[in-house]
Amino acid sequence: MGQTLGERILSGKCDATVKADDFIIARTDVCLAQDGTGPLAVRQFEAVGFRAVARPEGTMFFLDHAAPSPRRELSNDHITLRNFAETYGCRLVDIGEGICHQIAVEDQVRPGDLEVGADSHTCMGGALGAFATGMGSTDVAMAIALGKTWLRVPRTFRVEVAGSMPPGVYSKDLMLHLVGALGADGATYRALEFGGPAIDSMPVSDRLPLANMAVETGAKAGLFASDEMTRQYLAAHGREDDFKPIRPDADATYERTIPIDAGELVPMVSFPHTVDNTRRIAEVGDVPIQQVFIGSCTNGRLDDLRVVAKMTRGKKRAKGTRVIVTPASPRVLRDALAEGIIETLVDFGATVTTPGCGACVGVHGGILGDGEACLATTNRNFKGRMGNPDAFIYLASPATAAATAITGKITDPRGAA
Amino acid sequence: MKGKAWKFGDNISTDLICPGRLFHLRSNLPELAKHVLEDADPEFASNMSKGDFVIGGRNFGLGSSREHAPTIIRIAGVSAVIAQSFARIFFRNCINVGLPAIELDTSRIDQGDELDVDLGAGLLRNLTKGDDLTFPPLPSVMRRILEDGGLVEHIRKHGDFNLTGGM
Repeated sequence: MGQTLGERILSGKCDATVKADDFIIARTDVCLAQDGTGPLAVRQFEAVGFRAVARPEGTMFFLDHAAPSPRRELSNDHITLRNFAETYGCRLVDIGEGICHQIAVEDQVRPGDLEVGADSHTCMGGALGAFATGMGSTDVAMAIALGKTWLRVPRTFRVEVAGSMPPGVYSKDLMLHLVGALGADGATYRALEFGGPAIDSMPVSDRLPLANMAVETGAKAGLFASDEMTRQYLAAHGREDDFKPIRPDADATYERTIPIDAGELVPMVSFPHTVDNTRRIAEVGDVPIQQVFIGSCTNGRLDDLRVVAKMTRGKKRAKGTRVIVTPASPRVLRDALAEGIIETLVDFGATVTTPGCGACVGVHGGILGDGEACLATTNRNFKGRMGNPDAFIYLASPATAAATAITGKITDPRGAA
Repeated sequence: MKGKAWKFGDNISTDLICPGRLFHLRSNLPELAKHVLEDADPEFASNMSKGDFVIGGRNFGLGSSREHAPTIIRIAGVSAVIAQSFARIFFRNCINVGLPAIELDTSRIDQGDELDVDLGAGLLRNLTKGDDLTFPPLPSVMRRILEDGGLVEHIRKHGDFNLTGGM
């Protein structure tokens, strides 16, 4: 019988032919934790009494949520992770060296891998044909020690995207549309499998926001075939040898198929305080914005900054609207510098901060004041997410963020292009 | 398990349970637990009593995978989290930290109701309303972990995953 991508990849991780609903023990290839979840994982690892890590070359700790550290308690957490990584030979990605999911896809995750991470947006690895899923600190600690985890093979919703996206509309808008349509619990426990002509021709850089936000529908994973686009991405990052093709079968069984016509999509905005509270740009109304944040694992890459630079070149930000740009990795920052993007952003009036999670998670780097509204290219807008429960977060694409930064209120990027 | 019901609504995110602005307390769990659910109800932590229940609507625990969220609910002394439905990662984390998570129709459970929950029998008695609600057992894999007291306890006891029998 035909297999979905999830069934195919997970079959490879336990040397058996598995199908949806099966409970399995699967070998993990990549385990990651960050500075918020890693210290607890370390304590749990030590509580069991483990003395070795199963796969040090696939175990990564990231100092990205508080980078550079704004408080001594967090600095001490950073010391904990550095010491653990050194003791057990794991990879430590230090402050300023990039967001966990960004580095994972740049350097580590391969098609066919099982990636588990103590961070819910670990599902971003699915854009490379890996089964990538977020878990808690203890689950990841046990995977780090044992090299395996237990999973229930998910049923799959097939998201079939045809047509092509109109100008000014990006994969972020596609994902916000999908989250709005499914709802925050519309795909709980499922794998989302993205396919169709619009996906086949989509470069990995545009697949990443889709995979990243799968968790916002409740899904366990956001999966893409490993195809020519994957090969190109890996080659561009010096990893062409990591490529192998992986496809679902034509006769795979899907629990549900969700067709989307990309040509019908428009810029979307998630309103406070849930990701699925989406509106089409024409229905947004007059929403003044005090802070625009461009960054995060969702949309902090070179292609995102290129879009913003193109729209803001020669212009100035709106007077009452501060603009924070936080590249997702040093590679992004370096490439943006080389292309003159950073100069454009600085001239526009943006402030550029340390590669890392930045303002997204409410630790530092742009906490909101009482009653303020922020338009962010991130993946979450829960009450209090950006450090102040008395604030309002709107989610959108980098293009919408750029258009908003120019006018000072939420603005359709198609008019501003 | 006997205690009072504390009623919360739908979509209680782990940001509401364990806010990012208190990130620096993540290695000081007793201190962090004093702020549990603060952004959903600033008075909950100081007003609740040990043994009480947290009652949710749909999609309880959505969002971030931070295991600190169910952990501080447990440290604060909550007996169990009972909700209409749970977000995936949060539910798994509850089991892993030894906090019972029960999925059932909570629409007739109100703030202040006295509840008596028998996990093994799958029975919730609402002593205030006179309702009895039954709930199915956890999947076998999760039941084993919870009965051992959580995932660390399970691995310590068996040296590995010992989950077959439900596979």
